[in-house]
Amino acid sequence: MFALLGIPPQALFGQLLIGLINGSFYALLSLGLAVIFGLLNIINFAHGALYMMGAFFAWFLLQYLGLSYWWALILAPIGVGVVGVILERLFLKQLYKLDHLYGLLLTFGMALVIEGLFRNKYGSSGLPYQMPSALSGGRNLGFMFLPNYRAWVVLVSVSVCLLTWYVIERTKLGSYLRAATENPGLVQAFGVNVPRMITITYGFGVALAAFAGVLAAPIYQVSPQMGSNLIIVVFAVVVIGGMGSIMGSILTGFALGVIEGLTKVFYPEASNTAIFVIMAIVLLIKPTGLFGRAH
Amino acid sequence: MVDVTSNGSIAAPTTVVARHQYVAFAVMLALLVAAPFFVYPIFLMDALCFALFACAFNLLVGYAGLLSFGHAMFLGSAGYLSAHAAKVWGFPPELAIVTGTATAALLGLITGALAIRRQGIYFAMTTLALAQMIYFFCLEAKFTGGEDGIQRVPRGTLLGLFDLRDDLTLYWVVLAIFLFGFLLIYRTIHSPFGQVLKAIRENEPRAVSLGYKAEQYKLIAFVLSAALAGLAGSTKAIVFQLASLTDVNWPMSGEVVLMTLLGGLGTVFGPVAGAFIVVALENYLAQLGAWVTIVQGIIFIVCVLTFRRGVIGELGRLLKKSL
Amino acid sequence: MQFARSLLLSAAVALCATAAHAQYSGGTVKIGVLNDMSSLYADIGGPGSVLAAQMAADDFTATHKDLKVEIVSADHQNKPDVGSAIARKWFDQDGVDAIADVPTSSVALAVADVVKEKNKVFLISGAATSDLTGKACTPNNVHWTYDTWMLAHGTGTAIVKQGGDTWFFLTSDYAFGHQLEADTSEVVKANGGKVLGAARHPLNTSDFSSFLLQAQASKAKVVGLANAGGDTINSIKQASEFGIVQGGQSLAGLLLFITDVHSLGLQTAHGLLFTTAWYWDLNDPSREWAKKFAAKHDGKYPTMGQAGVYAAVLHYLKAVSALKSDADGKAVVDEMKKLPTDDQLFGKGTVRVDGRVLHPAYLMEVKKPEESKSEWDLMKVRQTIPADQAFRPLSEGGCPLVKG
Repeated sequence: MFALLGIPPQALFGQLLIGLINGSFYALLSLGLAVIFGLLNIINFAHGALYMMGAFFAWFLLQYLGLSYWWALILAPIGVGVVGVILERLFLKQLYKLDHLYGLLLTFGMALVIEGLFRNKYGSSGLPYQMPSALSGGRNLGFMFLPNYRAWVVLVSVSVCLLTWYVIERTKLGSYLRAATENPGLVQAFGVNVPRMITITYGFGVALAAFAGVLAAPIYQVSPQMGSNLIIVVFAVVVIGGMGSIMGSILTGFALGVIEGLTKVFYPEASNTAIFVIMAIVLLIKPTGLFGRAH
Repeated sequence: MVDVTSNGSIAAPTTVVARHQYVAFAVMLALLVAAPFFVYPIFLMDALCFALFACAFNLLVGYAGLLSFGHAMFLGSAGYLSAHAAKVWGFPPELAIVTGTATAALLGLITGALAIRRQGIYFAMTTLALAQMIYFFCLEAKFTGGEDGIQRVPRGTLLGLFDLRDDLTLYWVVLAIFLFGFLLIYRTIHSPFGQVLKAIRENEPRAVSLGYKAEQYKLIAFVLSAALAGLAGSTKAIVFQLASLTDVNWPMSGEVVLMTLLGGLGTVFGPVAGAFIVVALENYLAQLGAWVTIVQGIIFIVCVLTFRRGVIGELGRLLKKSL
Repeated sequence: MQFARSLLLSAAVALCATAAHAQYSGGTVKIGVLNDMSSLYADIGGPGSVLAAQMAADDFTATHKDLKVEIVSADHQNKPDVGSAIARKWFDQDGVDAIADVPTSSVALAVADVVKEKNKVFLISGAATSDLTGKACTPNNVHWTYDTWMLAHGTGTAIVKQGGDTWFFLTSDYAFGHQLEADTSEVVKANGGKVLGAARHPLNTSDFSSFLLQAQASKAKVVGLANAGGDTINSIKQASEFGIVQGGQSLAGLLLFITDVHSLGLQTAHGLLFTTAWYWDLNDPSREWAKKFAAKHDGKYPTMGQAGVYAAVLHYLKAVSALKSDADGKAVVDEMKKLPTDDQLFGKGTVRVDGRVLHPAYLMEVKKPEESKSEWDLMKVRQTIPADQAFRPLSEGGCPLVKG
């Protein structure tokens, strides 16, 4: 059977594993977007730019403060999260009562500004960021050479995804968040500071994007375009998974990673487009996404 | 659905053309007739094509309440077919433009039939997905020339009489095409069809309960919007003698949203003003390099936060008339 | 994300300087530097090319005080329609006499048409497609620096001769990428090698792991990167991660600029082989120029494209000065083909009848970190390819200007 596919089974397993690894990265990257949409009804087009800021933050830390990758994993999300909070307080707050469209357009504008500023300062070729030595190298699995860093990416992504899902869906804090967005007035009447929860949630979503950025820095070139290259994929993941479903985005991220990986083997030119084909199909059959709730 | 009510609502539903809109139209016409003697005609033609594109887009979003994120697919694919018709099949420009427009209409019918079933953000995402698939097709198809595009498209002679290589002659032709599209949209908005469309936008279940087949109306509006966007794209390919991937890619879909938003969503003259402003700005800012993106982003932000009615919308509010 | 668009003119009054007695149209020689200022290729040409052009103008007018030169610039955003619209406006409205640079082949092809139509001069540096002096040649084109044929033959021949006779390509799915792959495959096969396969990836791909895995599975001795910009950088970075080189395969960058190597860092990029038309550390005159350039350009050293712009503008001004006129583009280009080229960067060379400028090419290898003595000391020369061998022979181009 494998001979028919034109590729030996070993190579296929290698590609599937790569697909899963990329999928875990997509899941992590989409997680922040899913949180923000699911809880706040904001379509955060600036997600890609904030992811890029996370990678640049890691570079700053290394370049100017000599702080390594491990520090960056913690500090970059916090730093960029603070930026997110400021943006939310200044701009997004005013749009909550309006149609989704305006939130999308505003965040799109924010993305252009952020990307333009970074490109102005740093040019387009990007900056080097070295792989942390503890994670470099790899092992030969027989059917492929697996870099240690990629294994690390899967582990971290899965853990963070599950942790986030657990916090939002299964803890008291999470239930407050979910309630606050479903019925802010009522929840506020119970004494919960709803605007603050919303700000924290946005900041958390942004921090997740920045975290993904730090993860990407050693393997994808740290450049101002890095976010805009991925933003469309991230959107597709969230839409297909079901806007508002955290678990939906996570599972879809993995699935899309695998499908994209297979496309790269059999019809590589279409690897970007395969995601849109799936998005179109899903939207036509089940518009709220595979796991979504109607909004 | 788009929050259009903040734009200065359409006053009384009427099929009679309000007097102030006649005046506004006369002003616009006068400006456009005088312009090529003061301003570089190529720029004006570019702006006119985009103005038509934005008006077509506005028909769909402002009046039918359907926000499409994939409108570039109509602009771009029509441009390719028009360029190919003129260059390879040797069509005269008028037939080339018709070919392009027809292509866009057909594409609109197919994609519209698929996308109309969904509402709001899901409709938008469906159009985006379909547009990206069209982009991929354009990228891979041999006849489009990939990123080189179709180049050296002959301008030809219109109806065998008018040599379009002369920029001024071409300008009158493009102006005529724009006015045709603009008036067609205007007529549509102010017709019984247009009224039903507005009713559907305001309250679809009620319109359905009154016996109107909402899906059909929306589809017709979609096809019309697609065809006119295609008309803009076909004309643009002849003017610039080039059809390229730029016109079929998603940033172009974003650009038409910017133009319409800046000009005034749901107003008659808004998209025209928006298109002219954006094209002019991009030209002035071209010397600034990276700052173009930043300024565009700032415009988006400012428009959304404080200027939601757009230029013409605000003007209309000042004059207390709907424009 | 870039937005397309064109031109506006704010000339309320257009006074054409059509004075028949003016030596140069409008009294000055105006050169427009057109390239990508804001996105992917901004570091390769960008504002640096404008600086290079200005330096050329200053150097020339220092010894030719009767000439006035003005440099203008604009961003074509890598879009053919934007580029051709700017070119049209420059010629119709702004009195520009020549356009320089234009990396990004698709834009160069579109601009070449406009230049030919308006009979001006096109000083190409940094565009890759060899069609500009081949099928698409015009009497108004002059093509400096590299082209796909030079890159393919320079790198391809050298590597195959060293033993790299089986190749696997990572190709950017764009006309430019396809052409580079096709040219290099031809060279490999002509030298007795084999092409084992190719993976064509979409433009702006972030993740190459899947393609690198395919390259490893093919067991080709050489993995050829037929892509540019961010795609090349990402491919190289991830190739290092996946141990391509440790696994015994070698990487051939088909189009690489000093700015790419700088942004990758020597740790990741050392050992890479590629062909260039110019490098700052080749000789003293180049070093001196590069230091002058860097002092005005934020410490960043010039790329071969920017060096090409300097040389092109200088030679153009020489021709214009010899003719005492800049009005007829074809006449100026004919003069450029008559005069031998000579500048401190490329040395002595000639402009062929098809517009191709002949200068030597160099096979470079990226240094190891310990071999580098300064921030921009990044490569060493492995081989010099003489000018008459570096470029496609005249007869093979298919250029209609070549008679017989």
